[in-house]
Amino acid sequence: MSAITRDEVAHLARLSRLALADDELDHLAAQLDQIISAVARVQEAAAEDIPPSSHALPLTNVYRADEVRPSLTPEQALSGAPAAEEQRFRVPRILDEEA
Amino acid sequence: MGGGHGMASSGDLAGRTAAELAELVASGQTSAAEVARAHLDRVAAVDGRVNAFLHVDEDAVLAQARRVDERIAAGENPGPLAGVPIAHKDVFTTTDMPTTAGSKILEGWRPPYDSTVTARLREAGLVILGKTNMDEFAMGSSTENSAYGVTRNPWDLDRIPGGSSGGSSAAVAAYEAPLATGTDTGGSIRQPAAVTGIVGTKPTYGGSSRYGVIAFASSLDTPGPFARNVLDAALLHEAFSGHDRMDATSIDEPVPAVVEAARRADVAGMTVGVVKEFAAGEGAQQGVLDRFNEAVELLESLGAKVVEVSCPNFTYALPAYYLIAPSECSSNLARFDAMRYGLRVGDDGTRSAEEVMALTRAEGFGAEVKRRIMLGTYALSSGYYDAYYGKAQQIRTLVSRDFAAAYDRVDVLVSPTTPTTAFPIGERADDPMAMYLADLYTIPSNLAGNASISVPCGLADEDGLPVGLQIMAPVLGDDRVYRVGAAVEKALEDRWGGPLLAKAPELVEAAK
Repeated sequence: MSAITRDEVAHLARLSRLALADDELDHLAAQLDQIISAVARVQEAAAEDIPPSSHALPLTNVYRADEVRPSLTPEQALSGAPAAEEQRFRVPRILDEEA
Repeated sequence: MGGGHGMASSGDLAGRTAAELAELVASGQTSAAEVARAHLDRVAAVDGRVNAFLHVDEDAVLAQARRVDERIAAGENPGPLAGVPIAHKDVFTTTDMPTTAGSKILEGWRPPYDSTVTARLREAGLVILGKTNMDEFAMGSSTENSAYGVTRNPWDLDRIPGGSSGGSSAAVAAYEAPLATGTDTGGSIRQPAAVTGIVGTKPTYGGSSRYGVIAFASSLDTPGPFARNVLDAALLHEAFSGHDRMDATSIDEPVPAVVEAARRADVAGMTVGVVKEFAAGEGAQQGVLDRFNEAVELLESLGAKVVEVSCPNFTYALPAYYLIAPSECSSNLARFDAMRYGLRVGDDGTRSAEEVMALTRAEGFGAEVKRRIMLGTYALSSGYYDAYYGKAQQIRTLVSRDFAAAYDRVDVLVSPTTPTTAFPIGERADDPMAMYLADLYTIPSNLAGNASISVPCGLADEDGLPVGLQIMAPVLGDDRVYRVGAAVEKALEDRWGGPLLAKAPELVEAAK
């Protein structure tokens, strides 16, 4: 039995904002199935009452004084923009026509 | 020195260690500009075949070097590595050089700010020779996942230099630079160091700043040094480490005394633990195990007490890592949205932002990055979260507990750095699980945030390629890995009559 279906892989690609071609989806489906089957071994570990670690260090919130410090100029911030206009990032349409 | 590295003459500056070069510059016997020139000449002579560098601007390098000379002439003392050239992994932002992380999605990008590591290299008077090749977004163990071509192992140009920091390891092993930077998320410094016969350290997580390091898996990413010997690695470690207010996970503690430890270079009175699960060598190359076992005997002969330690959960570290790292990657790489910087594809005035985003990401990311984004999205999706990501996080706790129990009994743990020597280019390129196994022994230290180093311990009998010894110590025990690493290095170089790299083939003559 496969760990993941091709339809699930296509759904994951949409969630991941990756416009993948059919042949890429076919190839990835087989590979993801193999990888997921292998990493599923984590379920064998005796970890029932073990607290999860999201991080290696016991750090909690780190605060600093709320003070004004030098930061990027608008020109610097926009220097890598694919498109800019009037000191703003110019982006494609984000709302549907009917919205 | 054996002189087996293709130098024009034994006095050539490109054959020297970083400590020697700094001393020559500080004492006025040479200049930072002359040192930079010698290394640029070496890059010009060999990088056509090694392909360690993605970007080198000779005039800009020489200008940097002259500024260092001016600082020294003005009476400033920038530090113990002033005037030394360094190869810089292309994952660190640099305002004066492109930064791509090996990805097409960032082709030609000029960051508006320097990473903290970059800024500290500049302050310390190091001369950045250029940016080095890497697996795209640091995802890989061979540097084959770069959008800009493969890097070749100086020991055998048909083999991989390790990864993800393979451009950096190759540059140092090919004598193009005495030092290089890397980042280690699951082994991306130690594994390339091992397979190219050099030294590489993963510092304690949080010991070196992630600010301006293009993020892969934020709870694991750790910048660290490459060098041809342990002392040079320690000098670089000290130069760029320490607390940074720009990184919320940076540790606000003094940097462990790694340079002093590298100079001490003894193991008297120390207890060394051999990780039973990794010494058993399931799936490992015999030549790797032989050199590892000899290194353990050597440690004993140098006065260390050697014991076997069981870390039963280490065998789950690899699958846990390949859930945790892709999960964090799928979140981190969401920033490549074609809106603020980097590539934008298909913005023809009719497509929506979401369509442009999906087209751009499909074209801009390579196969491994797509695999990991998809895997992470899967592991974090509702219905699978508890069975995959949640379980992996519990294993992370168990791995840390195994380490803690071991360090109650021993000062350091040792294992081979990698199960095999450098594999041929192409061998594992389309077999992700085979590629992932290269990180089998290095991953536990990342999950637990440990300090860990790889030092050369000989050549495997089957193929004559370098083998690395991994030395692991607790969080903020970085000095211990340098102390033990330097002791092993000293004893082995006495035995070999020089550094292991002296046995590497002549790159310049090989061209003729």
